[in-house]
Amino acid sequence: MYRYDEFDQSFVLERVAEFRDQVARRLSGELTEDQFKPLRLMNGVYLQLHAYMLRIAIPYGVLSSRQMRKLAHIAREYDKGYGHFTTRQNLQFNWVELARIPDLLAELAEVEMHALQTSGNCIRNVTADHFAGAAADEIVDPRPYAEILRQWSAIHPEFTYLPRKFKIAVTGAPHDRAAVQVHDIGLHAVRGPGGKTGFAVYVGGGQGRTPLIAHKVRDYLPEEDLLAYCEAILRVYNLEGRRDNKYKARIKILVHEKGKAEIAAAIEAEFAQLKGKTLNLPEADVQAISAYFAPPSLEQLAATSAALETAKAANKALERFVRHNVTAHRNAGYGVVTVSLKPIGEPPGDATAAQMEVVADVAERFSHSEIRVSHEQNLVLPHVKLDEIPALFAELAKHNLATPNAGLVTDIIACPGLDYCALANARSIPVAQRLSERFADIARQEEIGDLKIKISGCINACGHHHVGHIGLLGVDQKGKELYQITLGGSADEHTSIGEIIGPGFPTDKVVDAVEAVIDVYLGLRKGPEENFLDAYRRVGAEPFKAALYADA
Amino acid sequence: MTVYDVKRRAFGEDAWSFPADDEALPQGPAAITKARFLRDRETLLARNAPLGLVLVAGETFDGIENDLNRFDLIALKFLRYADGRPYSLARLARERHGFKGKLRAIGDVLRDQITLMLRAGFDALQPTHEGTIAALRDGKIVTVDHYFQPATREEREEGGYAWRRRPA
Amino acid sequence: MSKAAKPFRPVAITANDLRSGIVVFRTETGDWVKDATRAEIALDPAKAETLLAAAKLDHDRNIVVEPVAVAFDPESRLPVLLRERIRAQGPTVAIPGSV
Ligand code: SF4
Repeated sequence: MYRYDEFDQSFVLERVAEFRDQVARRLSGELTEDQFKPLRLMNGVYLQLHAYMLRIAIPYGVLSSRQMRKLAHIAREYDKGYGHFTTRQNLQFNWVELARIPDLLAELAEVEMHALQTSGNCIRNVTADHFAGAAADEIVDPRPYAEILRQWSAIHPEFTYLPRKFKIAVTGAPHDRAAVQVHDIGLHAVRGPGGKTGFAVYVGGGQGRTPLIAHKVRDYLPEEDLLAYCEAILRVYNLEGRRDNKYKARIKILVHEKGKAEIAAAIEAEFAQLKGKTLNLPEADVQAISAYFAPPSLEQLAATSAALETAKAANKALERFVRHNVTAHRNAGYGVVTVSLKPIGEPPGDATAAQMEVVADVAERFSHSEIRVSHEQNLVLPHVKLDEIPALFAELAKHNLATPNAGLVTDIIACPGLDYCALANARSIPVAQRLSERFADIARQEEIGDLKIKISGCINACGHHHVGHIGLLGVDQKGKELYQITLGGSADEHTSIGEIIGPGFPTDKVVDAVEAVIDVYLGLRKGPEENFLDAYRRVGAEPFKAALYADA
Repeated sequence: MTVYDVKRRAFGEDAWSFPADDEALPQGPAAITKARFLRDRETLLARNAPLGLVLVAGETFDGIENDLNRFDLIALKFLRYADGRPYSLARLARERHGFKGKLRAIGDVLRDQITLMLRAGFDALQPTHEGTIAALRDGKIVTVDHYFQPATREEREEGGYAWRRRPA
Repeated sequence: MSKAAKPFRPVAITANDLRSGIVVFRTETGDWVKDATRAEIALDPAKAETLLAAAKLDHDRNIVVEPVAVAFDPESRLPVLLRERIRAQGPTVAIPGSV
């Protein structure tokens, strides 16, 4: 993975010193809260419902064991012993003291980490496919490009005070696991003429109050033009994006209001001026960065592992774990293992310091010290020998990290909601917990099959409810929590925005309502091979509405 | 002592006047709005004293691109420091239109943005914030000097530039 | 359009401590404490305004951040709204790892 050199180190340390100075000025009163707020936000510090919250950047979701141990240490020393992995592949600490954040950041810098650009109206932490560099279906490893974009966007002198936040995602497999079409810029790496790498470029996707699917503005952008093209998009947005209304300030609204053709023309005109100049990305540069992402030295192994097959035959739980949580690796004899942060009845995405340490340890033993954070709020061990999966499974199971539910109904995405978030209208976590308990029976989960439930505590949609097969949105109705159900959303290469199915449900009815939706699906599907989303796309909303609002 | 000159690293008196649109131009260097320039272009350019241009956030160089080098000063106003449009304008003035004169940032300029401004091509600052003025005067700006990407300042460095990061 | 005067509801003043960020309530003696039940409760609008004005001074003196008046139940000595009760009492879900 990418290793910082002296340059990166100085950069991050300067940033810590700068923030230390800003905090000191705030505490001394030189800066008012109004002046300080945007500065702390640039460093990922929010004032949340209970305390300051610090969001730490995990660039494109890649972590080493050493870094994970440091995060565990920080959780213990600076927080209440746990952290929350988010849908943007970041980590949030909920209880940090402002006065101690500079020290915390200095500790993070020791392991080449920071909280830069995890909030504020700048180019946010770039996200990527969490199976990058390991998945069998991958065509181009997105990580070198995500890293190049991270460098290009780090404290960008022109794009640090944009109309609104700006999110870029990169993926390199036909099956999009990075949800690129609901990002401000989505880059889908492809091989073009002569096998050269390039990108399909999507602009103006997003969730939140106005969910919109991005427009494709380029089928194939040559690799060397990547930065010039992104700079052109950002410049058009910086100059033309709306600044009069924060709800209309994202680039998706600009594209929507001005029209795709006009914005594409403006981008192309700006790009024509920038192309081939200082931002040109020479192949040598890409290679230099790619070298950091060279695969670890993996062994030549048989495609199947006799040891694993034998162990599976003797252990039903292991067999299940492999079926649901292990994905095909591009190297024979290896697997990509999902470590579920969704144990039945627990808050989605939370990990204790002890669990972080366990993951750091097993990554060291079994996965070349590599860990990934997925936008589905799970952790991933990208390079595990099939032979060693039984040992890994046993270790994970001891720490409640081996729930065999990746992609199943209890693999729920939920934002922090009203239990932590100052913007929330309703709680997300308790609903996720109750749903998880309702569907705890693994046999029943398997019968239901692939199903993504996503819960947001308000319209900001951090829980990605718009693109959940079943989405729940918390709203506040005269002081009562109410949950609106959307159906049919999806964030892969066939992205769709879920449709609101009808009036919301109060908190004591919402779990029943979701169960009713699932029962309708089970009743009308053509067979187990037709998953929820396909069935919904075939039959539409009517049968579900009929069941949910029968008495209305 | 109101304008900070980046090259000299010091505040100095402002030689420029900023008359309102309906005011007669004084002797000496005067900076005017885009509207006034468009209205009285010929007379203004015929005038025998340095001419400056003031733009507020939201205005662009549209229609005056080819006149930019007739100005000795372009002053870009930051109404709110969070409005980042002047950064793009500054870079366009320098990099696209080859503006050689003074580029001044006026208004809500905080010390935390100064490095960005310099990198975007500004070379004079006229902040209103007391703390920032004091910090500039005392040379107490704590900032990140390393950078990854090229911007205006870097483009003009000797030997051209690749996008890769450079130490300060 | 004439606005019907809303019936006044008792309030208390809450904010976040500037240094630590934790939720605090303003007591009768003008201290800021974690324990919501020790908050001074304003039973009429005039009192509410006085308390908030005092709290804003503490904001300006960089002791607390974002002071606001929240509806308070004098019986239970806790905030009325769910959001504010969660602020006062912590998350409604267990802290991971706590027993
Ligand atoms: S969706 Fe709303 S409630 Fe949930 S974390 Fe985002 S802002 Fe908070």
